[in-house]
Amino acid sequence: MSTVTAHASTHHEAHGDEHQEHHHHETFITKYVFSQDHKTIAKQFLVTGIIWAIIGGLFSVIFRLQLGNPEATYPFLEDFLGHWAKGGKLQPEFYYALVTMHGTILVFFVLTAGLSGTFANFLIPLQIGARDMASPMLNMLSYWFFFLASVIMMGSLFVQTGPASGGWTVYPPLSALGDASSGSKIGMDLWLVSMAMFVVSSLLGGLNYITTILNMRTKGMSMTRLPLTIWALFFTAVLGVLSFPVLLSGAILLLFDRNLGTSFFLSDIVVAGKIMPNEGGSAILFQHLFWFLGHPEVYIILLPAMGMSSEILSVNSRKPIFGYMAMVGSLFAITILAFLVWAHHMFVTGLNPFLGSVFVLLTLLIAVPSAIKVFNWLTTLWRGNIRFTPGMLFAIGFVSLFISGGLTGIFLGNSALDIHLHDTYFVIAHFHIVMGVASFFGMFAGVYHWYPKMFGRYLNNTLAYIHFWVTIVGAYLIFWPMHYEGLAGMPRRYYDFSNWESFKNFGGLNQFISIIALIVFAAQLMFVINFFYSIWKGRKVTNQNPWGANTLEWTAPIRPGHGNWPGEIPEVHRWPYDYAKDGKEFIPQDVPVGADESKH
Amino acid sequence: METEVIKPKNRIHPHKFTLWVGIGSIVMMFAGLTSAYIVKRNQAGWVTYDLPKAFWYSTLIILLSSITLQLSAKAFKERAMSKYRMLILSTLILGVLFIVLQFMGFKNLYNQGLDWKSHVSVSFFWVIVLLHAAHVIGGIITLIVMFLKAFSTKTRIYSMVPIDLICTYWHFVDVLWIYLLIFIIMIK
Repeated sequence: MSTVTAHASTHHEAHGDEHQEHHHHETFITKYVFSQDHKTIAKQFLVTGIIWAIIGGLFSVIFRLQLGNPEATYPFLEDFLGHWAKGGKLQPEFYYALVTMHGTILVFFVLTAGLSGTFANFLIPLQIGARDMASPMLNMLSYWFFFLASVIMMGSLFVQTGPASGGWTVYPPLSALGDASSGSKIGMDLWLVSMAMFVVSSLLGGLNYITTILNMRTKGMSMTRLPLTIWALFFTAVLGVLSFPVLLSGAILLLFDRNLGTSFFLSDIVVAGKIMPNEGGSAILFQHLFWFLGHPEVYIILLPAMGMSSEILSVNSRKPIFGYMAMVGSLFAITILAFLVWAHHMFVTGLNPFLGSVFVLLTLLIAVPSAIKVFNWLTTLWRGNIRFTPGMLFAIGFVSLFISGGLTGIFLGNSALDIHLHDTYFVIAHFHIVMGVASFFGMFAGVYHWYPKMFGRYLNNTLAYIHFWVTIVGAYLIFWPMHYEGLAGMPRRYYDFSNWESFKNFGGLNQFISIIALIVFAAQLMFVINFFYSIWKGRKVTNQNPWGANTLEWTAPIRPGHGNWPGEIPEVHRWPYDYAKDGKEFIPQDVPVGADESKH
Repeated sequence: METEVIKPKNRIHPHKFTLWVGIGSIVMMFAGLTSAYIVKRNQAGWVTYDLPKAFWYSTLIILLSSITLQLSAKAFKERAMSKYRMLILSTLILGVLFIVLQFMGFKNLYNQGLDWKSHVSVSFFWVIVLLHAAHVIGGIITLIVMFLKAFSTKTRIYSMVPIDLICTYWHFVDVLWIYLLIFIIMIK
């Protein structure tokens, strides 16, 4: 007589059998294109994210060429940008399009879909001990909605009037009136439609992640035995599911304003001497709707990087993570606070000063959980037996950037200081370091750490070390000087500063930043080459658990099939951080607790 | 070989759970829209108008459809399949009637000169109610699929999960409509 525990395992078995069956007559299409295997979907998200990152990064290089040398002409630009760079000089309209699309692509397509799409898909079933997601079908749809969003956004780059160019925040009235600028025409409509598809994709993904984590854990995997990666991905999904619909509602109202003549966000507007018929709307309303997503979005980007870094720091320090429950608690606190601080992006909109001070207080409160996390990361490293693998270096780099960028957040969170610093390069420096580059470091850490699990091969280490050092030094060299420019009042999104007496002296600095940006971009291309080359030619993984880690994904075969474990799903007996315990270097989660084992 | 299945303790079916999270997400979208409505209402130049009667009738219809759907779930449980088919069909017809009545309500508003671009307060009504109707249409499509499946002779359906899912969703759009109606009447 065999006993089956229905602890979701009946469900798993059913899934497993189904997948085994599929396995035999899988075609190229079902295996690589319309795949329902969470690992393949993760790789689809990652590769699409990488393609977007190259495009978004390239855009920043092009507009840095303009900022570094506003007088220069680059005839080669005309060859592939055509009338947008007539005579080799970037048109001002296209400069705005470039910064807008750089922000949109990096924030949404790379650091949201590329980051949590990849790692939530890849790690959740493997680390909680599930055969696949709760609904593999919805999961597949999630990718294909993202793909559709990508195609539409990509298409918007090629329309005659150019892509959206009102900034990635698409504030009305600029975004609501087609006549306002060339980037407010069809490019803007495509932007909104693409983002609607993107929201659907991220909702379908988020629903699946939450359900899978809460319902599909293997036997013994209690919530307090979850790796911190999973906790972080869980809170990320909660943030997404609750905040993206609000962006969608804003986007729908904006589409109505643009195409059906409503006036939700428009009132008393004159375009080129012509009075617009719209009356009664409020542009600030859009900012509320946008930032109610926009701020949680920052944490949607950051939390996965935090979770993965926590895991990688612990594995490679050969020490338990310091303060596991405090880490979970601070993730929870950040998730709650993320919903209560949106108006700190709007201190200069004429917000009631009392309301402003409430938002200042709530914003500064985020420093508490953030500081707890930093303290715990540093104490995890403290006296650890550290192995400087590329993944580990990027995780440490993440902590460094999170501290540097987090500190300037304290400046910007103060409404009094923000009035001076708003929309200057200080803001650019702050959010690029704390959210952009830091999350990229988390993502790189994840890619280097889990690449052997994804592809059964290693990345080239020498290239990885060069990638790390060029990127971390470069990131600081690019963004550190921007703090000074911002304090001096240099505004963001300007095409040329050479006509201002007050900003003229930053010409040399801007040139320097542009040169470093070019070098850092080249280093990323090197990573991309390493990534694709190693899929086929990298050193083969021969050890099932190359990093000596405790989590369940390393108990699966080196190249796991659909269903992840060929036999039974491993049972979990302990938390994932039993490193350096009772004289053993590490004890994986599926090892039963010994009779004479000490408690952690 | 015998297999003994130990029932999970209060473990909700993953698809039901997914639906609940999804409902949370839809609620957030409408929360976004209705809070925008409140913010806008406090600003100058807000107009009020009377709701056409058709919207009131549609409320009755959707309440009734929730009852027929619940009864159909009961019939399904008792394996009274012909009763189940009839009740699903009634729900389907009531759902379509709801949409028709809402359409008539909108037509009435339009004829009064209160079209979607006439004034912000009316625009909000159009967008919010149309988005809700879109969710009802999603439910109607699901009901059509379930109705057709109930006639299939090839496969016999025993799982309660799909019917439970549509019940939850349908009651949700019903409650959502009641909320929106009360909201719009209270905050004019």
